[in-house]
Amino acid sequence: MGAAVFLGCASIAFGPAAALLLLTVAAEPLRVIVLVAGAFFWLLSLLAASLLWFVSVQLSGREDAALLLLGAAAAVLLQELCRFACFKMLKKADEGLAILSEDGQSPISLRQMAYVSGLSFGIISGLFSITNILADSAGPGTVGIHGDSPYYFITSAFLTMALVLLHTFWGIIFFDACERRRAGGLGLVVGSHLLTSGLTFLNPWYEASLGPIFILTLCTGLWAFGTAGGSFRNVLKCLSCKQEPEGQVMLYSALQVPPEE
Amino acid sequence: MITFMNNSDSEEEPCNERTSLMSAESPPVPSYQDGLQASEAGEAQAHRKRRAGSSRGPNNIAGGETSGSGVPVRESTLENEEEELTLKYGAKHVIMLFVPVTLCMIVVVATIKSVRFYTEKNGQLIYTPFSEDTPSVGQRLLNSVLNTIVMISVIIVMTVFLVLLYKYRCYKFIHGWLILSSLMLLFLFTYIYLGEVLKTYNVAMDYPTLFIVIWNFGAVGMICIHWKGPLQLQQAYLIMISALMALVFIKYLPEWSAWVILGAISIYDLMAVLCPKGPLRMLVETAQERNEPIFPALIYSSAMMWTVGMAKPDTAARGLSQQTWDAAEDGREHLRSPSHAESQMSETRSPVPTRPVTSLEELEEEERGVKLGLGDFIFYSVLVGKAAATASGDWNTTLACFVAILIGLCLTLLLLAVFKKALPALPISITFGLIFYFSTDNLVRPFMDTLASHQLYI
Repeated sequence: MGAAVFLGCASIAFGPAAALLLLTVAAEPLRVIVLVAGAFFWLLSLLAASLLWFVSVQLSGREDAALLLLGAAAAVLLQELCRFACFKMLKKADEGLAILSEDGQSPISLRQMAYVSGLSFGIISGLFSITNILADSAGPGTVGIHGDSPYYFITSAFLTMALVLLHTFWGIIFFDACERRRAGGLGLVVGSHLLTSGLTFLNPWYEASLGPIFILTLCTGLWAFGTAGGSFRNVLKCLSCKQEPEGQVMLYSALQVPPEE
Repeated sequence: MITFMNNSDSEEEPCNERTSLMSAESPPVPSYQDGLQASEAGEAQAHRKRRAGSSRGPNNIAGGETSGSGVPVRESTLENEEEELTLKYGAKHVIMLFVPVTLCMIVVVATIKSVRFYTEKNGQLIYTPFSEDTPSVGQRLLNSVLNTIVMISVIIVMTVFLVLLYKYRCYKFIHGWLILSSLMLLFLFTYIYLGEVLKTYNVAMDYPTLFIVIWNFGAVGMICIHWKGPLQLQQAYLIMISALMALVFIKYLPEWSAWVILGAISIYDLMAVLCPKGPLRMLVETAQERNEPIFPALIYSSAMMWTVGMAKPDTAARGLSQQTWDAAEDGREHLRSPSHAESQMSETRSPVPTRPVTSLEELEEEERGVKLGLGDFIFYSVLVGKAAATASGDWNTTLACFVAILIGLCLTLLLLAVFKKALPALPISITFGLIFYFSTDNLVRPFMDTLASHQLYI
């Protein structure tokens, strides 16, 4: 407990997200706006899911695991629905930006928006999952004093990190599937989200929940990488830092009018 | 109030392709006037506040100051170009407002969560005379509504007083009022804040050190706000002052009254800025007729004038000093206007003066500045601070309110780019903020708590 646990868990949970934010999003105003908009949509989905759960608890008069399961499933489905709504809005914004820009091209591509909105879903979802836990971890206490697992904080941090990354990948895959109208991609995203959420129901049996979730994260990451246009050859080319072939350069300069001073 | 001003009301507009087009425009600078009105209203309020002898202010009243008065839409001469530039720089403007609003909210939330002084109940302002310590819910609700009515009436009266002062050109009075107001804010409130922070962290400080620190802080603040100073330092002081004011409101407004006041202020803001006979709108129009700048003190200006590689250093220097001078003028008002929920986004005139005359050399990028009234900062921070203070120790509510306010600001700026006239910045943000606060506190919190207790993730 104390500052060490707080800082450690916060870094584990939000390290990748913070790095991605600082390196890719913070410099571009449009991406920051898309980030906040994505967070807003996620909040709307959470609101709807909480309302559903609250009403069902009030109606049934008791609070049990089955209702929680239903509530979690509803939350997942509503999140994906709001991701779709986010996609629709960003698509419209993209078209608007393209019309209003000088050269007919929007300053931000739909793929970038997919990535940023996925990241925003991840960050806000992670924040909502772990901020209260982090606040508690900074204070005094004994973890698991009533017989629960003593690894609560660190496993929560790792789960949050996985969730942030998963949301980012899902965002990319989802937007691409919506763009190309492939129901398979959509179904897989919804399915893997439901699977992830379902796996967390196995906590505190962490081998069964954390392990598969991280494997799922890795696979989804590779799939998203492929969807975004990456491939093994791209990675090799990037790593070897090859120059562009000469022919292309010459062609470019031959066609280019010298810029006016 | 947010106004989008493309004009600069500076006489020294350097001539370039843009300004030569702008000169064809009819009276420029409505926004400045808005700001002026707002600041005046703020002043009126501050003055009133001072008279009342309370040290805290119904600067809020300034909320009413939001001079959302519509700035006359620019003539279409420049409209197309304006539109493109607006949208081109639109995202940057949004970020230029996101950052200070976020900073102010972070300061307020950090203080609320750590310094217990600002969450302790210690009396009420005289502007909220009815106590909420009644057992029955109906009585409490009634008292909070009555408190709101009193507060809003005070705001309206002070705004009208400011408009009258401005109309009858009592500038010295207004300026004196603003200076006294900022003096109190920069010295007294800072002293109290510093004292409480030192108490919380159990740090001892001797009186000579305290005197030197407070004196320097206050004196530099007065200079930056009312006279000249680096833009970023002025922005920092405006943010700190808004945070101090918001903390005062969070401490001294009773629970339910605070929420009802927030709602009422945003409605008032909407009406004062958009109705033809609204005080803020009248203020703006008067300022426009007189072609006068708006008090920079009441308005946070994020103007960026980039003069790279000066071709004409003297012009640039003149422009810069004029800009900061204008900022100082405004700064005077802003102390009053903290309560003014005046959010003005305007093209600051700064770009114009500072822009080097030409074209020849560098890439000088004319950045249109965005102005937001300090009252808006204050009320946003009051909402988020109240959420942090009263939401059962829950961080989710604070986060939700934060996102809601940012989205509201974004939407308001979008509307501003579409309508190109002064708009109130409070209604959309506060509405979203209130909705998210109540729904997160009552619906989302139990759901997330239940999930977290079983370590379930959605």
